[in-house]
Amino acid sequence: MTAAAAQATALAAPVSGAESAAFWIIGTIVVLAAMGVVCSRKPVYSALMMAVVMIGLAAFYGINQAPFLMVVQIVVYTGAVLMLFLFVLMLVGVSSADSLVETIRGQRVLTAVIAVCFLGALGLGLTRIAVAEPAGLAAGTAAAGGNVPWIAGEIIYRYVIAFEATGALLVTAVLGGLVLAHSERLKRRRTQKDLSQERVRGDHVAPLPAPGTYARHNAIDMPALLPDGSVAELSLNPVLTARDPRYQSRVPDDVRLGAAPEPGGASDSATSKEGHALREGPNGDGDSGAAVADGTDGDGGGTAGGQGAGRSWTR
Amino acid sequence: MDPMNYIVLAAIVFTIGAVGVLVRRNAIIVFMCVELMLNACNLAFVSFARMHGNIEGQVIAFFVMVVAAAEVVVGLAIIMQVFRTRRSASVDDANLLRH
Repeated sequence: MTAAAAQATALAAPVSGAESAAFWIIGTIVVLAAMGVVCSRKPVYSALMMAVVMIGLAAFYGINQAPFLMVVQIVVYTGAVLMLFLFVLMLVGVSSADSLVETIRGQRVLTAVIAVCFLGALGLGLTRIAVAEPAGLAAGTAAAGGNVPWIAGEIIYRYVIAFEATGALLVTAVLGGLVLAHSERLKRRRTQKDLSQERVRGDHVAPLPAPGTYARHNAIDMPALLPDGSVAELSLNPVLTARDPRYQSRVPDDVRLGAAPEPGGASDSATSKEGHALREGPNGDGDSGAAVADGTDGDGGGTAGGQGAGRSWTR
Repeated sequence: MDPMNYIVLAAIVFTIGAVGVLVRRNAIIVFMCVELMLNACNLAFVSFARMHGNIEGQVIAFFVMVVAAAEVVVGLAIIMQVFRTRRSASVDDANLLRH
């Protein structure tokens, strides 16, 4: 990869020393961060790496005489789009498990071959192009009275049809987002009366044990302890359970002493699933649907309720 | 330094994004890799604009950004909807049309 770039450097005269230094420093950061986006196991880390890439590219836009695009990159991409990604990550939740096991045999090898071929073809083609010293935008910018007036003139006069079409596209995207994010209430809203009747008929009349009860901490990620010192399964937050197969990573050893059932064991998945269904109950809409969905992906996906024992999940 | 370096860097970042789309199976990460590819294209557009002394590259990059923003809105809404019905954001789990 860098060999091609180095060859390209050897071909032509430097634009300026400072720019060259900035290119190599920021370029290294951008490439490393881009690899981090692909390789990191947790989606949140990927998003943060993405922010690094975008800010690095914004710096490149600034260097390449595009101050308007630099600001747009930071405001729109790093500010808005990436925050939207993080929002969805938080909504989808840490239990959106991503298996790192290959499902298609030889997928990684083939991907590597394709990537090398693609990069080789691109590098071969690009380094054959002999470019003169860049023409630069200084003259045109001065004539138009600035970078922004120049871009504005092009957009408003020359690309006005594309601009209008972009407006239509944005409106369509807004409507699409509204329609897709909206979900109809399929069943009648359950009132407080229904909920209390359900609770009396169910297994647990009293509330579920709160996290941290009888434990040394009352944090949400600490399990409640039963009087004999064992971990109360019902107090475990399903999201946290899905996140950490050992239930909670920071449970002190003396809290763990009560020998919680092994994750993925038969009794464990049954109880945790039951706990999950009960927990879903008071939430309101579509609880039975959620329970059914849980039951089906218990064997295939194992997201919220039972953990897939033999597979390694990322967060 | 040759201005072609920016183009080569854009090619590298584009390839990394393409590898991510092929390898990862979390839909959100796949989506981020698509954004990576779009950003690489934008870098190429901007440096072409400077090379040729023509603002049109920046105008196209601006349009790409607008389209990418619209795409992110719809795509993330679709991911949310799939997650809501299937409780999974893995692209392997959404295979109903296959059977």
